Parts: sequence; structure tokens; C-alpha cells
Amino acid sequence: MSHNSKRSPFLVTMLCFGMAFLYIPMFMLVFYSFNYSKIVPVWGGFSTRWYTTLFESEEVWEAVILSLKIASISACFATILGTLAGIALVRFGRFRGHTLFSGMITAPLVMPEVITGLSLLLLFIALGDVFGWPEKRGFSTITIAHITFSMAFVAVIIQSRLAGMTQDLEEAAQDLGAKPLRVLIDITLPLLMPGMMAGWLLAFTLSLDDLIIASFVSGPGAVTLPMLIYSRVRVGLHPDINALGTIIIVVVAIGVLLAGWIMLRQQKQRKLEETLSGN
Amino acid sequence: MSQQDSYIDRPWMDPEAEPFIKIQGITKHFDDFIAVDNIDLEIYKGELFSLLGGSGCGKTTLLRMLAGFETPSAGRIFIDGIDMTDIPPYQRPVNMMFQSYALFPHMSVEKNIAYGLNRDGIDKHEVKKRVEEILEMVELGPFGKRKPHQLSGGQRQRVALARALVKRPKVLLLDEPLGALDKRLREQTQFELMNIQSELGITFVVVTHDQEEAMTLSTRIAVMDTGRFVQTGTPTEIYEYPESRLIASFIGNTNIFEGRITKNSADHVTVRAKNPECDIRIDHGSSVPEGTKVWVSVRPEKIKLSNTPPVTKAPNQLRGIVSNIGYLGRLSTYHVKVEGDTNIEVTSPNQIRPKDGAHAFDWDDEVFLSWDDSSAAVLTK
Repeated sequence: MSHNSKRSPFLVTMLCFGMAFLYIPMFMLVFYSFNYSKIVPVWGGFSTRWYTTLFESEEVWEAVILSLKIASISACFATILGTLAGIALVRFGRFRGHTLFSGMITAPLVMPEVITGLSLLLLFIALGDVFGWPEKRGFSTITIAHITFSMAFVAVIIQSRLAGMTQDLEEAAQDLGAKPLRVLIDITLPLLMPGMMAGWLLAFTLSLDDLIIASFVSGPGAVTLPMLIYSRVRVGLHPDINALGTIIIVVVAIGVLLAGWIMLRQQKQRKLEETLSGN
Repeated sequence: MSQQDSYIDRPWMDPEAEPFIKIQGITKHFDDFIAVDNIDLEIYKGELFSLLGGSGCGKTTLLRMLAGFETPSAGRIFIDGIDMTDIPPYQRPVNMMFQSYALFPHMSVEKNIAYGLNRDGIDKHEVKKRVEEILEMVELGPFGKRKPHQLSGGQRQRVALARALVKRPKVLLLDEPLGALDKRLREQTQFELMNIQSELGITFVVVTHDQEEAMTLSTRIAVMDTGRFVQTGTPTEIYEYPESRLIASFIGNTNIFEGRITKNSADHVTVRAKNPECDIRIDHGSSVPEGTKVWVSVRPEKIKLSNTPPVTKAPNQLRGIVSNIGYLGRLSTYHVKVEGDTNIEVTSPNQIRPKDGAHAFDWDDEVFLSWDDSSAAVLTK
């Protein structure tokens, strides 16, 4: 296919605008994080003092650790539950209540977060009244809330992956004498591993990201990172939040680059193996 | 030779032989669609039985019911005298080779083959020994540590076969075993498969849509159409004595003449064909009364071509013009236009190399066709 070397100036302009719209705000955030001045939009010379303040702030560290703890625990549970739900939906045939179950699994995807948050809050209050648990809201309630909504995302990922996979391999394992549970452990789960990893990462990110639901179900003393940022910005723009934002951007960028590099390497490896085997 | 000995290769002829697989009135519905329609079948020990038919004829569903992946809507399946109908696939003494091979992509060749043995709780050393033996048998000795995606198509096929055979099943089910291989490899593998089968004495049930594959491999063939058996028999029976036009044209090529029986005696039948008008004499009797409408099938390779007119006028003779020639190397296919604008297909071996490119028969040559009384078959439907 011949390539048209004369690019339309209109398209190039639109591309530049699009990219600028996406990345200039982030660049500004990074830029102002090195600002000496306490008033954010006024340039007062280069400085890293906001980073120092940030690292010295116990409040920030606590929020970071709480967020990471909630995200990793809720991602693990969401992956387990979501995977089981996905398998049930695709591999158990059309059992009674299949459509209802499928609808109920995916409902949290489209439910406004305010509603999810509010209803979970009501549930926790009611539970607290009746059973005396949860005594106070915080880490555990946020974790449970995050599991319930990120599970739906994992289930959808697993469902689509399983639907695209023929049943041959699982049948072959059964044919060779493996009971259904054995087939699940030996064949289905290893083949679903990439999907489960993607699901875990998605659940982790969703949890780290969430402000609305966490605000509803959190209690005194439990402040996640998004909650901290939001509460500080509400009072006024703080330069140390810019520094925090910069660190998050750097971590995410490194993560994305690393994932891309690993995928590229795997692709190359596979291609090499296929060439060697003569296919 | 005693009567008993003569049944060794043809156990279905032996009135005293117990069938190894017994299928009784098996039916399978998918909602309103009937995939398998009330089939009875008996397969004997050591047979290589083929289920032959086009796509959607129900052959794969029948095989999957033997493996236990589908539950029959009605009927029962016995293997070696035991009712298997309600037994789950992982407890059946049956292994299957999948059309896709279904090799576990995350396991090495060795692990793939050992998987079934490990499920049976066989001792580790014994597993290792048996895996090595079977790898040797399928000539994949050095490939044990490889992953399936590092193998060629033919090697994968052999791993799949080894994995299914290593458990020494009572019955091996093969779903289009050679379908994914190219022609040369297919022919070679066909014979390997037959050798392995006769060496191990395992009963094979093969599903295939390829009639040539079924012909070379099988002891017996069941031709299926819309969930039913149309005809069951040895390859020779099915090819030489088809019972219907469907069978005659599905297995190999044939010329079909429509006509009426004019004479029916004990040792021969005469049919008056129309279009082209000619008499056809067949040297076996028919149960159909005189005057009935029948069809006669004459295979292209059974017709003799000649440049000179026959000396005497007799049945089984036609005259025509060569309208088309297909030169295939070892043989040629001729289309001969006879009276009534009908094309008759004739194949004849090229025993003599054509001189200066001149074939024995050329376009627009006048030729005379004839065949033996024993060559034609009467079809009643």
C-alpha cells in the first residue's frame, strides 16, 4: 500500500489540539509542583520544597498506605469472585435465572456511583444496628464496597475471554479423566490467567481512583488518597498536592512503559519460537 | 480354514460375536432440531469404523455422545457390555482425538501426554516409561520438552494421537483426524493410523467428511444424512453396491441412468434406460418387479472406451463424441456426449505414454462405450 506523504494540514492541526488538550494540564501540574511560590499560578522560582513537605506529612503517607491496602485487597477478592461469576455465566449453560444473574452481575457497571455509595452506606448502617457490625466505618467498609463494584468489571472481562475460548481443551481434560474441579484448576484457570491479571489491575486502578463511593462508606479517621486530595483542593489550591500529582503521574507512566516493554518482549519471543518451529 | 477363522477380519458377519459398542435407538434433539434420529449400531472389537457424511449430518454429535459430552435425548449406549449412557466423560474407558487436537498450550508435549495417566494415579516411574514409549511410537522422541505451539501441524496431530492412546482406552474416538493436514501428509498418516490400530487392537471410531479417507481407513463405513444412517457396510460394499443415488454419488463419481426394468430373472436384470436410450444388463437379480422405475449407476472407471464400433449389437453399449478431456497424469477423465445430449463420464488409465502429445482419444473423436454385465448397480431410490 502506498503511503500518501502529503498529510492534510487540517488533520495535523486537529491532532496537535487533541494532544495539547490531553497533556498540557498534566504538564502544568508537573511544572507548578516545582514552583517555590505558595500561590500556585504565580511563578516564584524553581524549588523542590513541596516534595519535602509532602514526604514529611504523616497525613499523606497514611492516606497512601490506606489506599494501597484497600486497592490490593479489594482487587484480589474482586478477581476471585468475578472470575467465578464469569465462569458460571459462560460455562454452566443456560441455568435457571441465567439472565437475571447476568443482569445483576453487570448492573454495578452502569449504576451511578452516588447510588451505589448511598445504598452501601444504608446497608452498613442497617447491619451496624442489627448485628453490631461494622462498629465504625472505615477500612473494612470501603474495601467491601470496592469489591462489590469492581467484581462486575472482572466478571465482564472473564466472560468475554471465556466466550472466545472453545470448550475443546476443557473437554479434552475431562476425556482424559479429570473431574470438573480438576479441569478448572489445571486447564481453565491457567488459560484465564491473562484475563485475571487484567481484571486484577483494573480492579486495583478502580479502587485507587474511587472518590465517591469511598466518601459515602468511609468513617472518621479513614481517608483515602483521592479523598485527601479532594478535601485539600476544596479548601484552596495547595502546591504540595501538585507534587503528589506529579509523583502519581511518574509512577503510572513507569508502569505503562514497563507493561508495554514486557508485552513487546513476549511478542518477539513468540515470533522467534514460531519461526524456529517452521510455521 | 474353519468358519470361525474367516470371521477374524469381519466380526460383523459372525452370528456368535458380541458387539463391543452397542448403540440402541439413540436420539439427540437440540431444541427443535433433531441432530441424531433413532440410530442403532453395533461395532465389534478391533474394528475401524467410520461415520461418514457432510457437515450437519449428525456424525459429530453421535461421536460426542459416545465420549459423554452430549447426553442422548433417548436411547442407550453400551461399551463392552456396560451401560455408559449416564456415565460422565471422565469415567468412560474411551478417549477422543479432537479435530482441533485440543493440546494444552501451557503444558509441554510430555506433560500433555502424561496428563491422563496422572489423573488415574499411576506411579510416576510407570508414567515416565509409558510417555517415552508412546513418544517413540509416534516418532516424537526428541520433542518431549517442547510446547505445542513449537510443533508443526503433523507433529501436533501425532501428539494428540499419543495423548489419546497412552491411556490404552477400550475405544478411541477420532474427530476428523486428518482434516488439518495437507494431502501428502494425510496419505502418509492414514497408513500410520491403520498400522497403529492393528498393532494395538483398539477399536477406532472415526468421524470424517472425506470419503477417500473413510474408504482407505475403515473396516466398515456408516454413511449418515440428516441424523440417520443411509447405508452401512464395508468400503467395497458401499462403493460397488450402493443402495441409493445419494450413496452412489456421494462416494466417488458415477453415471446415473434412469429407466424401467424390462426383464427380471433370477440371475440378471435388464433395464431400458431413456436419455440416452439403451439397454443395460446387470448380472444380479433385483427384488423389484418388472416395469418399476429404477436408476442404474455405472462408475466412470468401469466403462471401456474404444475407437472401433463393437462387432455385435448387445446391451451396455453407447456411441458418442468426446466433448472434454481432463488429463490427470496416471489417468484421464473423458466426458463423452451421447445421444440425448447427455454427458457420460469415463476414466481410463494412461497405460501407454502419448506419442508427440497425441492422446488415444482426442476432442470430437467418435468413441464407443461399453461395460460388463457385472459393472452396473440397480438403485431403487
